[in-house]
Amino acid sequence: MSDTPPQTPPGSATPPAGSPGKPASRRDRPQTDEESRWHGVFREITSGSAIISVLAVVLALLVGAVMIAVTNDDVQESAGYFFSRPSDLLGDVWGAVSGAYSALFQGSIYNFGRGSFAEGITPFTETLVFATPLIAAGLGVALGFRVGLFNIGGRGQMLIAAAIGGWVAFAVALPYGIHLVAALVAGILGGALWGGIVGLLKARTGAHEVITTIMLNYVAFYLVSYLLREGFLRTPGSNNPKSPASKETAVFPDLLGPDYNLHLGFILVIAATIFTWWLLSRSNLGFQFRAVGENPNAARVAGISVQRMYVYAMLLSGGLVGLAGINQVLGTTTSGFGATVDSGIGFDAITVALLGRSKPWGVFAAGILFGAFKAGSFSMQAAEGVPIDIVLVVQSLIVLFIAAPPLVRAIFRLPTPGDTPLRARPIVVKEVAAK
Amino acid sequence: MSTIAPVSVPTQPTPPDDGPKAAVIRSWKTPIALGVFTVLGAIMLVGFGRDGISTMVLSTTSDLIQLPTVDLPTRATGIVVSLLLLAIAAGSAWRVRNSRKTPIWLSGVFAFLLLLGFLAWASAGASIPIPGLLFGSLSLAVPLIFGALGGVISERVGVVNVAIEGQLLAGAFTSALVASITGQPLLGLLAAMLAGMLVAFVLAAFSIKYFVDQVIVGVVLNVLVSGVTGFLFTQLLAPNAATLNQPPKFDRINIPFLSEIPILGPVLFRQTLIVYIMYFAVIAVYFGIFHTKWGLRLRAVGEHPQAADTVGIKVAATRFWNVSLAGAIAGAGGAYFTLGSVGAFGKEMTAGAGFIALAAVIFGRWDPIRATLAALLFGFASNLQSVLSIIGSPVPSEFMLMLPYLVTIFAVAGLVGRSRGPAASGKPYIKS
Repeated sequence: MSDTPPQTPPGSATPPAGSPGKPASRRDRPQTDEESRWHGVFREITSGSAIISVLAVVLALLVGAVMIAVTNDDVQESAGYFFSRPSDLLGDVWGAVSGAYSALFQGSIYNFGRGSFAEGITPFTETLVFATPLIAAGLGVALGFRVGLFNIGGRGQMLIAAAIGGWVAFAVALPYGIHLVAALVAGILGGALWGGIVGLLKARTGAHEVITTIMLNYVAFYLVSYLLREGFLRTPGSNNPKSPASKETAVFPDLLGPDYNLHLGFILVIAATIFTWWLLSRSNLGFQFRAVGENPNAARVAGISVQRMYVYAMLLSGGLVGLAGINQVLGTTTSGFGATVDSGIGFDAITVALLGRSKPWGVFAAGILFGAFKAGSFSMQAAEGVPIDIVLVVQSLIVLFIAAPPLVRAIFRLPTPGDTPLRARPIVVKEVAAK
Repeated sequence: MSTIAPVSVPTQPTPPDDGPKAAVIRSWKTPIALGVFTVLGAIMLVGFGRDGISTMVLSTTSDLIQLPTVDLPTRATGIVVSLLLLAIAAGSAWRVRNSRKTPIWLSGVFAFLLLLGFLAWASAGASIPIPGLLFGSLSLAVPLIFGALGGVISERVGVVNVAIEGQLLAGAFTSALVASITGQPLLGLLAAMLAGMLVAFVLAAFSIKYFVDQVIVGVVLNVLVSGVTGFLFTQLLAPNAATLNQPPKFDRINIPFLSEIPILGPVLFRQTLIVYIMYFAVIAVYFGIFHTKWGLRLRAVGEHPQAADTVGIKVAATRFWNVSLAGAIAGAGGAYFTLGSVGAFGKEMTAGAGFIALAAVIFGRWDPIRATLAALLFGFASNLQSVLSIIGSPVPSEFMLMLPYLVTIFAVAGLVGRSRGPAASGKPYIKS
C-alpha cells in the first residue's frame, strides 16, 4: 500500500495486463475470407471475457462439487470398497453433488416442487431481495475503487446508516411517502457522513483509508451497540439490544404484493446503478474521479483537486453503502435491528465490486449472482446438510478465476487473444496469396 | 501498468529533516495532535475528575522480587498529568515554531503520561494488576505481530498482502487439526506455517504469474480461506471434535533469571514457545531486511524492480519466495490462536485480526519494529478494556472498546500522517 492509492485500483477501468480486456484491436483487423471470419467469430467467443466468466463459474462449481463429494458420508463409505464396486462411488458422488446444486438452484431461481409459476418463482424474488443490499454496497465499494480508494468500511457505513435512518423510521411521525423519503435520505446521509470522515481524513492528513475504514467499522459497531443498549435506539422496556420496529409509514412497499418479500429497495438499487453509471461515465465529476483513480499525480498536474475528489468519492461511496444499510432497516428486517444488521454485507460488497470489475452494471449482475448464492445456500443447507460456507468458497473462486483469464484459458486450452491469432494470421494470408 | 516503474515525483512536502531547504517547512501536525489529546485528557482527568485512591499492583504473587503497590490519589494524579501533558504540547509547539521537529521520544513520553493518567482515572477506588494487564496485551498482540511481520516482508518485496487474515485463519485451522491428530503442538506449528505458505503461494502465483491485482487476490483469498475452513469445520471438525479439534497447547516455559525481572519478567519471559519464536522473528526480520544481502535485494525488488532486474536479481523469484516466507510467518501467528491461547479451532476465530495486522503494518510504516510496536498498542488497547471491565469502569464498556480504534485514527491522522509504502508495492513487474 503506497501513499498514493494503488496505481491499479482493483478491477479499475484498466484490466490487469495479460487479461483480455476488451478485444477492441481485433475488430480493426480486416477480414480476408469466409473461413477466417468464422474463425474470428469463434475466437471472439472463446477468448472474450463472457466465456471466461462462464467458465470461471463452471470451474468454481466444480471445485465446490469436489468439496461436497469428499466430505459426504455416503461417498466416503463407498470409496472404501471402490475397487470392488466403482459404480457405487460414482453414484454417490453424483447423488451428493447434484442434490446440493439442485437445492441451490431451486432455492435461488425456480422451485419445481411448487404447483404454479407464481409459487415456483418465489425463490428468484428472494434472490433479488438478497441481491439488493449487495448491489448497493457493491456500487459504493466499486466507486471507491475507481477513484483508487479501498473502502473496507462498508460495515461501519451500513451501521450508521441503519442507526440514523432507522431512528427516523421508528421515532419520527410523518405521513406516508414523506416518512419513507425522510428515512431513506437520513440513512444515505448517515452512510455518507461515515464515509466522508474517511475522505476528509485522507485529504487533510493523508491518513490511509484502509486503516481509517477498518477502525471506523469498530467505532460504528460499538457506538451502535451502545445506542441500542442505552441510547436513543433502545426499545423502551426491553433488555434486548434491539431497536423498535420501523413505523408502517416508512417501510418499503412490496413490489409484487404481500406474497413476495421483494420490496421497493430493488427499484432504488436499479436507480442507484443508473446513477452510478451516469456519474462515472457521463459526468464531469466522474471523469475527474477516474482521472484520480488512474493516476493521481497526472490528475493533479491536470488541475484536478485530488484531495477534494477523495472527499467527494468517499461521501458518495459511503452514501451508496448507506443505501444498503437503510435498505436492511426499511425493507428486509423492519421489525427492529440489532448491531449485526449489516450481516457481513459490507465485506461481501468488496467481492461483488471485484467480480463486477467496478463497473456499475457489472456490479449489478455480480450482486444478483451473489444474491442467488445467498438465497440458495439456505435451502441447500436445509435440504442436503451442506454448510453455507461452500457458497463462500464458490464465490471467491469465481472472482479469482475471472481475475486470472490466462489461468482459465490454460485449463480449458482456449486460444489467447492477441497472441495465437497474430501468429496464425500470416499463414492464412500466405495461402490466399499463393492461390 | 507500464514496465517502467514511475519515478516518484516528490509532490508531497518532504519531511523537515530531509535536506537543508526542507527545514523551512513546519509541520504543525504533531503539536496540534498533542494539543487535542491534552485538551481531551484534561477534560476527562480534571473536568470529570474522580476522587479516591488508584492502586497499581506491580508484582504477581509468584515473583521473587516483590514490588510494593503504588497508591495514587486519583484527582491529584489527574491534575499533575494534565499539567505535564500541557507542558509537552507547548514544548512541541515551541520547537515547531523554531522549525525543529518534535522528537519521537517526547511523543512517547506524552503517550505514557496520558495512559498513566487514564489508568489512574479509570481505576479510582480499585486496583489494577499491571503485570496482568501487560501479559494479556502481549497475548493478544502475538498473532498481530506475526501477521504484521508477514505483511512487512510481503509489502517490502512489492506484493500487497491483504491476505494476512486468510493466512492466520488457515494457520489456526491446520495447526488445530494436525496437532490434534499427532498430539504434537510443534508439528501443529509447522503445519500452520505450511498452510500460511500455501495461501501465500496462491497470492504469489496469481499476482506474480497472472498479474492479477494483488488487492483482489488478497481479499478473495480471505473469503476463500474463511469458506474452506468454515466448511471443513462444520463437516469434519465439529462432529469429530474429540479426535480432530482438541489440540494439546504449548506449555509455558519460564526462562530462569529473566523471568524474575520486576514487572517485565513475568510478562515477557513466562510465555510459550510461540512467543519466544515471535521475539526471534521480530529481530530476525528486522536484521534481515536492513542488514543482510537478502534484505537489500528484497527492498530493491519492492522499491524499483526494474533496477533490481538490471543488476541481475530475479524479480519474480525473489517476490515469490519472500511472499511465501511472509505467509509462513503469518501462519505461525495463526497457530497461536489454537495452540497458544484458545485451545481449539472455531469458525472465523481470527475475527479480523489480519486486518488489524494490516493496519499495524501501515501504522508502523512498513518497518518491522514499528509494526510490532503498533501491534502491541492494539493488543494493549483491547486488553485494557477487558481489565477495566473487571474492575468496573466509569464509562460504558462500548466506549472503552471503541477507544483503541479512535486513538488509532487520531494517531494515524495526527502523528503518522501520510505514510509512504514501498514504491513498487502493489504493482506487478512485467519484464519487457
